[in-house]
Amino acid sequence: MISLGIEGTAHSIGIGIIQDVKGKCNVLSNNIKTYSPEKGGIHPREAANHHAAYIADLIGESVKKAQVDFSDIDLVSFSQGPGLGPCLRTAATAARALALALDKPIMGVNHCVAHLEIGKGTIDDCKDPVLLYVSGANTQVIAFAEGKYRVFGETLDVGIGNCLDKFGISMGMEFPCGPKIEELAKKGQKYLKLPYSIKGMDIAFSGLLTAAEQYVRKGKKLEDTCFSIQETTFAALTEVTERAMAHTEKNEVLLGGGVASNKRLRDMVKTMAQERDASFFVPSKDLCIDNGAMIAWLGFLMYNSGIRMSIEESVIDQRFRTDMVDVTWRE
Amino acid sequence: MNKQIIYRGAEAEICLSHYLGEKAVQKRRVPKSYRIKEIDSFLISFRTKGEAKLISEARLHGVSVPIIYDVNLKEGVITMQYLEGKRIKDILNNLDEKERKRICDMIGKSIAKLHNNDIIHGDITTSNMILLDDRIHFIDFGLGSKNGEIETKGVDLHVLMEAFESTHSRHPDCFNYVLEGYKKEFNGNAGAVIKKIEDIVKRGRYR
Repeated sequence: MISLGIEGTAHSIGIGIIQDVKGKCNVLSNNIKTYSPEKGGIHPREAANHHAAYIADLIGESVKKAQVDFSDIDLVSFSQGPGLGPCLRTAATAARALALALDKPIMGVNHCVAHLEIGKGTIDDCKDPVLLYVSGANTQVIAFAEGKYRVFGETLDVGIGNCLDKFGISMGMEFPCGPKIEELAKKGQKYLKLPYSIKGMDIAFSGLLTAAEQYVRKGKKLEDTCFSIQETTFAALTEVTERAMAHTEKNEVLLGGGVASNKRLRDMVKTMAQERDASFFVPSKDLCIDNGAMIAWLGFLMYNSGIRMSIEESVIDQRFRTDMVDVTWRE
Repeated sequence: MNKQIIYRGAEAEICLSHYLGEKAVQKRRVPKSYRIKEIDSFLISFRTKGEAKLISEARLHGVSVPIIYDVNLKEGVITMQYLEGKRIKDILNNLDEKERKRICDMIGKSIAKLHNNDIIHGDITTSNMILLDDRIHFIDFGLGSKNGEIETKGVDLHVLMEAFESTHSRHPDCFNYVLEGYKKEFNGNAGAVIKKIEDIVKRGRYR
């Protein structure tokens, strides 16, 4: 089966085309276009306008790159939530138009679950992982338990990417600020003590953010502050992930989301996994960030397990939680 | 010494041991090489010290906890009584509804006793409760603190709510049973704490 997926939860619009091969996901094409604001963070309406402007061309490009015809597409999937309303609506509208034009079924999928399934679908030994999902808006530790993907730990305030961006923007950096902070952190030497806030398997960043901004205001070196932010937040993320692994008794860990591109975070989670004899997995970069291929793959899994969705049911849900999804495609 | 590890958690190993002829366990916080020395040694000694203090204090206020025999801050080791009971996590799903309600009621009352004395456990999950001699024993106070605020007490209960949702989702009434017990024992305004839990849920993403 060939599935086309449209991702549009936040600042990226992505079109992916996949084909299932013996239960695994073969990515035929995966095109992403990202809106970058001139200053400040994402404005939802401007991001949606960006998506609307590029989506039709992107679909055409993806079909061409995948070397398929429009008539080969068996299913149209889209990100139903969670995310920014205007962006979600743009992607959903395109999905409906395409599904109706091709006269093919439509499938709305949960964006967070897609991040986990694409790891399982594209990495051979990844079968039952605990996912540390770290992006701008999302910071969740997700694992399969009792028939659903459940959130074992999550941020109690802002996502880790959002935390890094808020700090970066207040220091005059350009969005997204993660790569710049990573670069500066490499030159940092001195650890400045920051609040380390863990509640059970949950985590909070807002106190740390304020403290870090105060350090710079009081004249501490930006490099040292960036180093300390990364060391503290990533250690806490690694710790909650390890706690969830111990709690669920699973021995695989998977990284997902844009912040998973950070090498220091990867190294920390990898070291943690090695120390407890667990396997560590991270998908290729274009499957880690928001992308259409993961949406296409989850859409296929759902359709293949017997789920059907009418156009009327394809309404977006800005607050679509991970644990609202009935997982019909696994034991 | 011959160490027999009986449990390996996320941050500590539990070994069987003896202390003055009594059966004991040693909880050893293991250094983590994924984090820098500054954070690692701070967390290990801070949590070991805090845990020992809170366990002793909880006992003083009538909450069942293991007896502390010895504390080594440098090594991050607490030697304490060995509780030969059953983890609530392992038994709760298999009880009949009446018994489950009774156990949850007891859990709620014990948490209220902790909160009456501003003891915040920090990681109230059913993995951290042991049933022995028909009493709920609380273990693992490593993320605990002393705090009198309603907010902190709400967060403490919210952790348990999430644990029930993820691990005991087949029995959605458990958390309400706990709150019933909590209300009976809590000295302050239990309604305000419960209201706080709702606020915390709403504050989370996508609620």
